[in-house]
Amino acid sequence: MQEADEQFAIRVRDLVVGFGRRIVIDHLALDVRRGEILGLVGASGGGKSVLMRTIIGLIPRQGGEIEVMGSPINHDRATRSAAGRWGILFQQGALFSSLTVRQNIQFPLRENLQLSDTLMDEIATAKLEMVGLKPEDGDKFPAELSGGMTKRVALARALALDPAIVFLDEPTSGLDPIAAGDFDALIKTLQKTLGLTVFMVTHDLASLNTVCDRVAALADGKIVAIGPMRDLLQSGHPWVRAYFHGKRSRMLHPQVS
Amino acid sequence: MATTPLLTAVSSGDALELRPAGSWTASNAAILERLSNDVSPQLDRAAAVRVDFAGVRELDTLGAWLLEKLSRRATSAGRRAETVGIADNYSGLIDEVRQVNRQPQALTPARNPVIAKLSDIGRATIGSREDIEAFLQMLGALCFAILGVLRRPRSLRLTSLTYQLYRVGWQAIPIVVLITFLIGAIIAQQGIFHFRKFGADSYVVDMVGILVLRELGVLIVAIMVAGRSGSAYTAELGSMKMREEIDALSTMGLDPVEVLMLPRILALICALPILSFIGAMAALYGGGLVAWFYGGMGPAIFLARLHDAVSVTHFEVGIIKAPFMALVIGLVACSEGLRVKGSAESLGKQTTTSVVKSIFLVIVLDGLFAVFFASIGM
Repeated sequence: MQEADEQFAIRVRDLVVGFGRRIVIDHLALDVRRGEILGLVGASGGGKSVLMRTIIGLIPRQGGEIEVMGSPINHDRATRSAAGRWGILFQQGALFSSLTVRQNIQFPLRENLQLSDTLMDEIATAKLEMVGLKPEDGDKFPAELSGGMTKRVALARALALDPAIVFLDEPTSGLDPIAAGDFDALIKTLQKTLGLTVFMVTHDLASLNTVCDRVAALADGKIVAIGPMRDLLQSGHPWVRAYFHGKRSRMLHPQVS
Repeated sequence: MATTPLLTAVSSGDALELRPAGSWTASNAAILERLSNDVSPQLDRAAAVRVDFAGVRELDTLGAWLLEKLSRRATSAGRRAETVGIADNYSGLIDEVRQVNRQPQALTPARNPVIAKLSDIGRATIGSREDIEAFLQMLGALCFAILGVLRRPRSLRLTSLTYQLYRVGWQAIPIVVLITFLIGAIIAQQGIFHFRKFGADSYVVDMVGILVLRELGVLIVAIMVAGRSGSAYTAELGSMKMREEIDALSTMGLDPVEVLMLPRILALICALPILSFIGAMAALYGGGLVAWFYGGMGPAIFLARLHDAVSVTHFEVGIIKAPFMALVIGLVACSEGLRVKGSAESLGKQTTTSVVKSIFLVIVLDGLFAVFFASIGM
C-alpha cells in the first residue's frame, strides 16, 4: 500500500458523480502517476471539467474514493489543508480582478506562510519570470492582460506554493498556436524543474502529442482508454477512433495515421 | 518526510562554507528566512563563499531562491561564490532560479505630496467634465432613440418596457408604501408633539398634507427608486458591458440605447409618478392614523381639515417633478453602467457612483423646482 501511495499522485476508485438524476461520471477509475503529465480528453459537456472539479473537492460526489498525494479527499477540513499541496489553473484564469498581478501571485503565499515583504516580492518576481513574464508586468491589473498573459499569471499563481501537483483546465484554449506551443513548452519545463505532476484537461491535439506522457479518454462517464498517445491512436473504442482519426486530427498528424 | 532545515556555517581561514540541510521548502518558510538572515553578517566578512547542497533533502523554489540570494550577495560584493553537491533532480530548479530577479527592482519615485494633491484635484476636475459629457451624451442618445421610436412606433420594445415597468413599478409598491407610511406617521407624531405646546396641534394636518404632497412624497420615493432600481440598472448594464453583450448588440446592427436603455428609462418615467402618488397616499394615511390614535383627531376631522389645507396645486407641484427625477435617475444609472470596465471592482464602484450621483442630482433638481415654482407662484 505504501508503495502504491508513493507511485500515484491521484487515485480515483469507483467514482460516481451526477446532478439530480443525470449521472455524469459512472464508476470511474483513474490513476495518475507521480511526476507525469496526464492529458484528459473527452467530448464537450462529457464531464471532463466535472471530473477535475470533483477531484479537487469542488463538486460533491455520490460515491467512490479519491486520494490525492496519499490523502483522501472529502468535504472537510483535511481537504482544505490538502489545498496547499495543489495548484489549479482555471479555464478563464480566475485571477482576482481587484488585485495586481503581483498581489495575485502573493496571495497564496500571504495566506499560508509567514514571510517578510521583501522575500514575498522576490518570490513573486521569480515566479513571474519562471512563467516567462517581465517583472514590470507585476504591477498590472488582470483586466489589462491579454489572454496568453492571463494564463501565464494564473499558472504562476497556481505554482506559488510549489505544489506537488497542478490541475490545468484547458490551458491552451483561446491561445494562438504559437502561444499555445510556448505554453506547452513552459509546462514541460516547469514539470521537469519542479518535479510536478500535471493533470491537464485539454482539447488541443498538438499539446496532447507533445507534452503529455499519458492520455486518458473519457467517454460515457468512464475512462475508455488510457496510455501513451501512440496506444490511444491504436485504440479500438469508436469514440476514441472518431476523436483521433477524424478529419481535423488527420490534418494535424498525417504521418501517424 | 519533511525534516527541520539547518544551515551550518563553517569558516576556514577567510573562506566560508555554508552547509544547508533538511527540507528547504515553503512549509518551513519562516525558519528558512531566519536562518539565511542569521548567516548574513558572517557572509559579509568572508572573502569566498562555498555552498554545499549535499545535505539538502528537499528543495523548492523558495529554498533555492534563499540559497541563491546568499551566494548572489557574496558575488555582488565582488567575492567568489561557488555551489557544490547539487543533486541531479534539483539542478534544473537551481539553474532556473539563477536566471530570475536579475533586474534591479524599479523603485517608483516618491511623489511630492503637494503636487500629488494638486494633480488629484486636476484629475477630479477633468473627471467631472467627463461625467457631464457622459450624461449629456446619454441624454442626446436617448432623444435620438425617442425620435426613432416616434417615426417607427413599432420599433418600441413593448415586452421589455412592460417587464421593466413590472420590475421597477409593481414590485416596488410594497416597500414604497411601507416607508412612506412610516415617514408620514413620524412627521405627524413630531408635529403633534411640538405644535401642542402652542395649542396648534390641529395645524399638523396642514403640515403633513403640504409637506408630503409637495416635497417629501416624491423625494423619498425618488431616493428609494434610485437605490433600488437605479443600482440594478447600473449593475445589469455593467455586467452586460463586461461580457461584451452590448458590443454583440451593436454588431447586429441594433442600437443598445434603443434596445436596452430606452425601455428602462421609459419604465422609470412611467413608474415614478405612480409610485409617488401611492407613496403620498400611504404617507397621508400614516399621518391620519397617528393623528387619530396619538393626537385624538378623528378621521372625519382630519379629512375635513386636509380638504381645506391642501389644493390640487400642491399635488401637481409634487407629481410634475416625478418624471424629471425618473429621467435623471435613469440617465445616470445607464451612463454609469456603460462606464464599467473589465473588473468586478469597477462594477461595484460604478454602481455606488450611480446611486450616490442620482440621489444627489434628485435633491438638486428638487431645489431647482422649488425655486421655479416659487417664482411662478405655484
